[in-house]
Amino acid sequence: MKNRRRNTLFFIILAGTALCSVTLAGGLLYEGAAAADFAQKNLPPCPAHPFGTDWMGRDMLRRTLAGLSLSVRVGGLTAAVSAAAALVLGGAAAAFGGWVDALISWITDLVMGIPHILLIILISIACGRGLWGVTIGVALSHWTSLARLIRGEVLQLKGAPYLQLARRLGVSRGRLVKNHLLLHLMPQFLTGLILQFPHAILHEASVTFLGFGLSPEQPAIGIILAESMGYLTTGRWWLALFPGLSLVGAVMLFALAGERLRLLLSPATAQD
Amino acid sequence: MRHRLQFTIKKLVRMALLLLGVSLSAFLLMDAAPLDPLQTNIGQAALGSMSPEQLARLEEYWGVNTPAAERYLAWLSGALRGDFGVSLLYRRPVAEVISLRLGASVWLLLSAWALAGVLGLTLGVLAGANRGRWPDLLIRAACLTVSSTPSFWLALLLLMVFSVWLGILPIGLAVPIGTAAADVTLPQRLLHALLPALTLSVAGMANIALHTREKAVDVLDSDYIFLARARGERHILIRHVLRNVTLPAITLQFASIGEIIGGSVLVEQVFSYPGLGQAAVAAGLGGDLPLLLGITVITAVLVFGGNLAADLLYGVVDPRIRRGAAKG
Amino acid sequence: MEPILTADHLSVAFTRYGRGLSRIALSALTDLSLTVDAGRVTALVGGSGAGKSLLAHAVFHLLPRNAHTAGTICYDGAPLTPARARALRGREISLIPQGITYLDPMMKVGPQVRRGRRDGMSRARCREILARYGLGSEVEELYPFELSGGMARRVLIACAVMDSPRLIVADEPTPGLDSQTAGRVLAHFQELAEQGTGVLLITHDLELARTVAHKIVVLREGRTVDEVPAALFQTGEGLTHPYSRALWQAMPENGLIVDREVSVL
Repeated sequence: MKNRRRNTLFFIILAGTALCSVTLAGGLLYEGAAAADFAQKNLPPCPAHPFGTDWMGRDMLRRTLAGLSLSVRVGGLTAAVSAAAALVLGGAAAAFGGWVDALISWITDLVMGIPHILLIILISIACGRGLWGVTIGVALSHWTSLARLIRGEVLQLKGAPYLQLARRLGVSRGRLVKNHLLLHLMPQFLTGLILQFPHAILHEASVTFLGFGLSPEQPAIGIILAESMGYLTTGRWWLALFPGLSLVGAVMLFALAGERLRLLLSPATAQD
Repeated sequence: MRHRLQFTIKKLVRMALLLLGVSLSAFLLMDAAPLDPLQTNIGQAALGSMSPEQLARLEEYWGVNTPAAERYLAWLSGALRGDFGVSLLYRRPVAEVISLRLGASVWLLLSAWALAGVLGLTLGVLAGANRGRWPDLLIRAACLTVSSTPSFWLALLLLMVFSVWLGILPIGLAVPIGTAAADVTLPQRLLHALLPALTLSVAGMANIALHTREKAVDVLDSDYIFLARARGERHILIRHVLRNVTLPAITLQFASIGEIIGGSVLVEQVFSYPGLGQAAVAAGLGGDLPLLLGITVITAVLVFGGNLAADLLYGVVDPRIRRGAAKG
Repeated sequence: MEPILTADHLSVAFTRYGRGLSRIALSALTDLSLTVDAGRVTALVGGSGAGKSLLAHAVFHLLPRNAHTAGTICYDGAPLTPARARALRGREISLIPQGITYLDPMMKVGPQVRRGRRDGMSRARCREILARYGLGSEVEELYPFELSGGMARRVLIACAVMDSPRLIVADEPTPGLDSQTAGRVLAHFQELAEQGTGVLLITHDLELARTVAHKIVVLREGRTVDEVPAALFQTGEGLTHPYSRALWQAMPENGLIVDREVSVL
């Protein structure tokens, strides 16, 4: 039997390193990504341009990396914001109960009633589109399921006999929250945060693809793929294939890391 | 029986309140948008050539100086009578545009929804039953890949393979180009809906399969499966596992409505399929706020209606609720 | 009496994760030996955590996957291999589990007792067995959540005797029942033994084991320490092992002298 915990740790470090280097490389390549070279236009993949070039002779590898870098940054920011929102709202609902709980649950249901894509479109229009519109849209639409999870956890902990005993023994509320509640919620929260990433990145790319996000000059996977639509019938398959594959790869890294962490931290599967 | 009725009424009231909330928040979001109603509705060029009196009349017509609350109430009272305003892009009543677009989308959505459910349930149970062995690993890897794939890219890939390389399926649209709606045959319609439906169902299937697998694993770890094994029972999968994943499967199936509709926004865009999703994108990009508001509300009706249907189905399927209600 | 089941130096260990990344082997049963005779009730008595239930799981070859076993289990004179256990389950060996969670919550009692068989003979036998345990035919139409604790126990017994087994393993069949219902359940075990079935009763309740069993096997921290006729626990005479003596002394009528070591029971 393999030692799964060590594998998981190794995998998470690997995934983190890979994504950091993509982000860094993309950031460094940002300038070169937009450089047009009409002598090199429409080249299929070759050693000099592994991902080929587009109609303006821009190197697709550079554009892809720059786009991925942007996606990862937007994904990270939105996942962090929405996970924090989930923690606050879910925690408040469970801690205060009563009308606070009812109100938060109602808002959660409301947000879940509108498909993510549509909600992000609405919010991005309200914010006047652009990068920030999409970022705010994604951040504001992804907290619901994690908030429900955290609410359930906190409720369960609140009822736990050992915590009630500690309360009666005179342990202060603040210390209880710090020592027990946060400690118990941390694994759930971390896993939720990591699993939030893939959704956030995919939705950012999707909304950008539809044309609500960035302007066409900016390097983003959604923009690149939207452009590639126009060249599908002329057989320039590389314009759609490689940028898409890279996006899938990045998202899968996050999803796998989150999934493994979840399995490891859940008592039901920790011993498998 | 009284219990069920009370339950249903309570759920309906909650649904109505939620719809009110959805329409209000969508309205407020659009109100916050930095769009000048005159500019979006009439166009910059036309505006420049107008006299101040004309402008004032137009401003009054579009409610520029009316408070948001008043405009929302006006919209709401209209909506309750079935009048959702006029679409700016299509110059027709929003209700008419939506019913036309929904009519084009409905079979696409329904078939994708059904296929996603059947595929997801089957694969999920299969994976759970083979936990840790190769069918499980294979199904999980496939689901993880699919759920990490943006549905619009999947659509692009399928389009590239089947329509461009192999040339066996049409590039897009609901009907062949140049054919009048009345002349379209059923096989033609199906052929055009095949790829979009396939993309949507594959994308929706992954989530259902992964969750069903978790449930199936829970069931297989349960005490009653232990006893069934100790009693040498055969067909445990069908007799006990399928029976006990029915309830979570109902929840998953109806919860996936929103996801399928959300996916259709992207997939219809790639396939140029003239359905509701494509209309939503056009309305969003073109600043057609009445249409976007109408689509948002209709979508929410479908999603909440799905939740309600799941709750009611629970009452029929779950003996604890069914019998409990009969006694109460 | 010939033995129907023998366990010889049986041990069960689990691999678990310790703190951080380390892995440790955790042994739950270290050395268990016992024999169950046909037509007799044998009680396996031990505290919680002594690993009693693992014996039941090992007999049916239904241990979790991270478990490793050593030692031998013989049924009817031949080693109980996984394949043999599979073939015998529900035919010759039956399990009576602890409680209601062992019934499928979504299935009516009747089909569960009959294991889904719908032929007339199975139906008749199901009705007959339920009646034997004081359950009317209307119980067949009930779902588990509609049963009381005592009814659920009797339904589980009915499940076990449905196929006239030669060995019944009952794992803690009485907790949560009032003494009258528990007495009735135990009487059913004696009755089964009188008909020639070997009964292995796994319990933490010595009092109860003493009244129903012919033989008592004492388990302590995964190890059998004593195997004596149940009668010895009536008077306390002839109990040689100190742990058994201590157990006997801890019983209410013997002065409740609770040894520190016994109080874990």
